[in-house]
Amino acid sequence: MKRSIALKRHWPLYAIIALPTAFLIVFSYWPMLGVQIAFRNYSPVYGIWKSPWVGLRQFELFLTSPYFWPLVKNTLSLSVYSLVVSIPCSILLAIALNEVRHARFKKTVQMFTYAPYFISTVILVGMIQIILSPTSGPLALLFHLLGDTNPPNVLASANGFSSTYVWSGIWQETGYGAVIYLAALASVNPELYEAAKIDGATRLQKIRYIDLPGIRSTIIILMILSVGGLLSVGFEKVYLLQNNLNLSRSEIISTYVYKAGLVNADFSFAAAIGLFNAIIGLILISIVNYTARKVSDNSLF
Amino acid sequence: MKQISTIRESKQDRIFLFCVYAGLSLVLVMVLYPLIYIVSSSFSSAAAVQSGKVWLWPVDPTLDGYIGVFKYNAVWTGFANSIFYTVGGTVLSVALTIMMAYPLSRKEMAGRRIWIWAILFAMLFNGGLIPFYLVVKDLGMLDSPLALIVPTALNVFSIIIAKTFFQTSLPNEIYEAAQLDGCGDFKFMISIAIPLSRPILAVLVLWAAVGQWNSYFNALIFLNSQSLYPLQLVLRQILVENKIDYSGMSATLDAQKLALMQNMETLLKYSLIVITTIPILIIYPFVQKHFVKGVMIGSVKE
Repeated sequence: MKRSIALKRHWPLYAIIALPTAFLIVFSYWPMLGVQIAFRNYSPVYGIWKSPWVGLRQFELFLTSPYFWPLVKNTLSLSVYSLVVSIPCSILLAIALNEVRHARFKKTVQMFTYAPYFISTVILVGMIQIILSPTSGPLALLFHLLGDTNPPNVLASANGFSSTYVWSGIWQETGYGAVIYLAALASVNPELYEAAKIDGATRLQKIRYIDLPGIRSTIIILMILSVGGLLSVGFEKVYLLQNNLNLSRSEIISTYVYKAGLVNADFSFAAAIGLFNAIIGLILISIVNYTARKVSDNSLF
Repeated sequence: MKQISTIRESKQDRIFLFCVYAGLSLVLVMVLYPLIYIVSSSFSSAAAVQSGKVWLWPVDPTLDGYIGVFKYNAVWTGFANSIFYTVGGTVLSVALTIMMAYPLSRKEMAGRRIWIWAILFAMLFNGGLIPFYLVVKDLGMLDSPLALIVPTALNVFSIIIAKTFFQTSLPNEIYEAAQLDGCGDFKFMISIAIPLSRPILAVLVLWAAVGQWNSYFNALIFLNSQSLYPLQLVLRQILVENKIDYSGMSATLDAQKLALMQNMETLLKYSLIVITTIPILIIYPFVQKHFVKGVMIGSVKE
């Protein structure tokens, strides 16, 4: 009874939400139905609903293909490398900024480190190519300065790929990543610092015993989120940095899905890889979330 | 015990602070150097850039690269397209986000938990690229401007943030007071909730606009016609694939012009990076604080 009264009186709320709900259904949930093509042999003639079932064959094909392990290895090593470097860098920057007492210096550093976040991936990769060029550019200049006239072509080597990817990401995103830790640091109870001061703690000790525990839960939450995305390394930058010479290291799951599905039109196979990826991500995030809740009382859900 | 009364830092702390300032200054240099190098190169002569004479300031100043960019038609088509996609995409995205977030922030809405779960689930799990592509294809949006505006308009992350904002900054008392004055749900949203939510609106607009302006992936998978390409795809051809199309620049090519153009080709990239980044860098100082605010609202756990 109560519910129907609420429905009647607040019908405008439902009218307002109808349109975005339609978008949610069409662009988030309809594709979920489309996931079934991972278990079919999709042909455009029959469509999603009428193509023949093939069970788990697409998954089998993927798991037994010679690409499987290299893809998983490339994807995981890239995301782990990136995670292991980027989280400490952001935390370090936030803690260092938090120590600075000159407001103007702090503001300047924060503004300039944050700025690269707004540069598009295409521009970033264009800049990387210019800077790491073996013939002209800062890297070549540096080598000439050191007396070496034969700088390596980093972008054309498989070994240079992951570092190029990770450290250009550090350049672009550390300032952005630091913001959230700075917010966490700002909410640490100031009485703790007062007390530490009276006890004669050094700045380093304050960081060790007040700052770090203060932002612990933020760190854990952000780590849970990034572990869930370990296998879904973003497509945009990797795809632009790829070339035939570094493909053995730079081919990751998302770029492979794009090539298999949209370039070679093998829709079912690519959909199976995508589904595999999504399920692993879901499992990973649940495991980490569960462990974090057991160990530290911090969790996402 | 000395420290209690003295405001001065201990020696150890002063050394530590010195390291902090030195480290941050080094970070500042490392962030700025690539940008300075590219700006300086864009104003230098092609020969100076290629022979490595440019390392900090422009050498043999020239505007050749910029002249090249201004004559490059594809860049301007891309620019116009990107403005269209960004404005259209942002308006639609922000409108949908508000329309979803506002009802969900209202306790009176029965069944809102269903929506919230549906949104959270969509955040954790999605059908993946191929089914998404097939939906857009089935809707007949391939190779049309709609493909860049409509399919990605709903951003679940923005919805959660907007909902949190509405819930925390619009106390129920305002609504109850408005209701006594005969203000319905719809009018409340238009004339009270939205005007009171300017900070979150700024954040949503900025996120949607910067995301739309900078991305190239949807254009890559959904568009075929060069005439529809957003700026980022044009930039990809020039900066990453080294495909430079002279046809739009000049009608006739003689030897002298060819040499000039090869020079231009070298400088074109630098100038292009500078020109396309400037609009963002100009608005950046004004929008930075909104971005910071957005990240903080986002970090409020429900």
